[in-house]
Amino acid sequence: MSTGMSLFVTAGTLLSLLFFFLLLHFNRKVENPGETTGHDYDGIMEYDNPLPSWWYWGFVLTIVFGLGYLAYYPGLGNFEGLGQWSQVSQFEGDRQRAEEKYGPLFSQYRAMTLDELGATPAAVKMGRRLFINNCSVCHGATATGSFGFPNLTDEEWLWGREDEDIVATISAGRTGAMIAWGDILGSEGVVDVADYVQHLAGREVPEASAARGETTFITYCTACHGADGKGQKVFGAPDLTNEIWLYGNSAGRIQHVIRNGRAGQMPAFAGKLGEDKIHILAAYIKHLGSSSLPVP
Amino acid sequence: MMYEHPEFNYKVVRQFSIMTVVWGIVGMLVGVIIAAQLTWPELNPGLPWFHFGRLRPLHTNAVIFAFGGSALMGTSLYIVQRTCRVRLVSDKLAAFVFWGWQLVIVLAAITLPLGFTSSKEYAELEWPIDILITFVWVAYAIVYFGTIAKRKTRHIYVANWFFAAFIIAVAILHIFNSLAIPVTMTKSYSVYSGAIDAMVQWWYGHNAVGFFLTAGFLGMMYYFVPKQAERPVYSYRLSVVHFWALIAVYVWAGPHHLHYTSLPDWAQSVGMVMSLVLLAPSWGGMINGIMTLSGAWDKLRTDPILKFLVVSLSFYGMSTFEGPMMSIKSVNALSHYTDWTIGHVHSGALGWVAMISIGAMYHLIPIMFGRKQGEMYSERLIDVHFWLSTIGTVLYIASMWVNGLMQGLMWRAVNSDGTLTYSFAESVEASYPGYVVRFIGGSIFFAGMLIMAYNVWKTAQLAPVNDIQLLDAVEAGA
Repeated sequence: MSTGMSLFVTAGTLLSLLFFFLLLHFNRKVENPGETTGHDYDGIMEYDNPLPSWWYWGFVLTIVFGLGYLAYYPGLGNFEGLGQWSQVSQFEGDRQRAEEKYGPLFSQYRAMTLDELGATPAAVKMGRRLFINNCSVCHGATATGSFGFPNLTDEEWLWGREDEDIVATISAGRTGAMIAWGDILGSEGVVDVADYVQHLAGREVPEASAARGETTFITYCTACHGADGKGQKVFGAPDLTNEIWLYGNSAGRIQHVIRNGRAGQMPAFAGKLGEDKIHILAAYIKHLGSSSLPVP
Repeated sequence: MMYEHPEFNYKVVRQFSIMTVVWGIVGMLVGVIIAAQLTWPELNPGLPWFHFGRLRPLHTNAVIFAFGGSALMGTSLYIVQRTCRVRLVSDKLAAFVFWGWQLVIVLAAITLPLGFTSSKEYAELEWPIDILITFVWVAYAIVYFGTIAKRKTRHIYVANWFFAAFIIAVAILHIFNSLAIPVTMTKSYSVYSGAIDAMVQWWYGHNAVGFFLTAGFLGMMYYFVPKQAERPVYSYRLSVVHFWALIAVYVWAGPHHLHYTSLPDWAQSVGMVMSLVLLAPSWGGMINGIMTLSGAWDKLRTDPILKFLVVSLSFYGMSTFEGPMMSIKSVNALSHYTDWTIGHVHSGALGWVAMISIGAMYHLIPIMFGRKQGEMYSERLIDVHFWLSTIGTVLYIASMWVNGLMQGLMWRAVNSDGTLTYSFAESVEASYPGYVVRFIGGSIFFAGMLIMAYNVWKTAQLAPVNDIQLLDAVEAGA
């Protein structure tokens, strides 16, 4: 803040504390303790008793403490305080100490592959804790996901199941964008493509509309979802030939996605967790679907 | 046939007194409902206006401004007449204050469940209602200060200093916190943004506690405690010192609501220091109230109204000790965002504000119906109400302490590898028993209000004391 503002804050704070002290000091003595003041308000009288001394000194003590606190901690305008404390430095100090204390626990597993870690109970346990703390809010405590948030225990891996794929997804996050096709295809075109997509998944659908939908699909959809509809991990485009539906499995839901598009967002965790923890977390997630691992 | 005092305007006092009981019941019923919704989430059916998020501000507005506001306006307009020995400066303006305030409350009860909100805590009402509040408040100030100006006594009694501070401060707080740009009739946006908006919000929020819920009710205390105990106030000097200290320190304390946030460090530190300094000025009122009973302690055995007043002062002392402790940064790091805060608020709201108001009403309401002070239909029912209030409050705050400490400790617990031991949902699950106890405690307190309503109803039907002259002599303390 500006020097003027800083002086204003400092003066206001100190003068207030001084005012409280003077207020106490000049009211310490009374003239007739035990007597009433002579006032009478609707029958209410007032004794002229002095301030209780324990109260007086307690009040003074809080003022003295306040002065000491404001000398040590930032408070008086731009004065940083003798202790050079700030909430940011406290946070960074805490974080650094935690890093020194717990860092080696995580870095010891860096040399192992994700598959090796999946067979190491201690690492799995740490991975599970990391998952509960960081991932369960969206993907659920049992990692089975929910509407719009992928199930991590099934067979479909939108962005790939190779070690480096999983690490990249957690580290940098992902943005899955599906264009809104409503205006381009028209309402009947949307229904046709939805029917074809359901046909790909093995559902019974009207043949005529599915056939029309196939033409549209080849024109517009194969670029991302592939000619066979099995998806492509470079785009995070889902496999459309199974019964896994990220945004609902009804015909209406599927049409809604085609008509309006979708923008899925997985946040980046590199800054929060660091490479060592992500390595362990990735191992845990990679093996979530396998029966050898306990689901959280 | 209502009793009319030959000299004073008792009508507006009687109206506010009755509405204190009515709004107390309404506000606390909503409180019990939302306590149940937090315990059993199924009680949030698909009705938007019945959802916790809509009812919670209705509860806070109803108990603070409808129940507390009616109690403060009623008692202040009574006390200012009695202690200044003069009738209110304008009966018409006083009637406007009463009906205007009731209109504000009704509008709140309609708009908040409908989802119209400025999203400012304890100031959720949208801008047209804010403007109405301003008009009513200015009218209230004119009536109050106008009456003081034409008083027949030389000095101004201490209770009136506290009411005066309350009226002035709340006007300033309300206007500056509510400054907003209207977009439509039902939507506006605050003129402040970011950390400044947060600071203005808590400058207002904490002083709503300081001036509405503390200074105002201390004014109430300074009249009804000596009056009911029939003893002189313990120390005039203490009342002078703690009054000036209280009103001068309270305005600084708001930043303790924003520890470890984007509020600058210096503001957080100053807020914490001033919150600690606030301890002694707060306790000054408690000491003066409780010590006023010296020489009359035996009355506590037999007078349930005095029990209400004295126990409310005990809760006041407890919560004004707890508050400064919670403002210490390291304590706040544990207590903030937990149920401990809710417990702290209710030890003030139930234990102090509600119980002092209830005690004052039991003293005042018989007078409003032409009887002697405290002469309610049933003294025994007052005693029952006292115990229900006390037990309900203790259950409420104890369960929230347990929940708050548990939540704070669970959130910071870490495993041997530094990861968090518990997920947030686990702390919610562990809070369930505390929520059940809180619901029970709140229900017990609410039941006491129903008993009060019955007692008031029966009192209103009793015949006034026949001899008005005698009654007036009794009232004047002769």
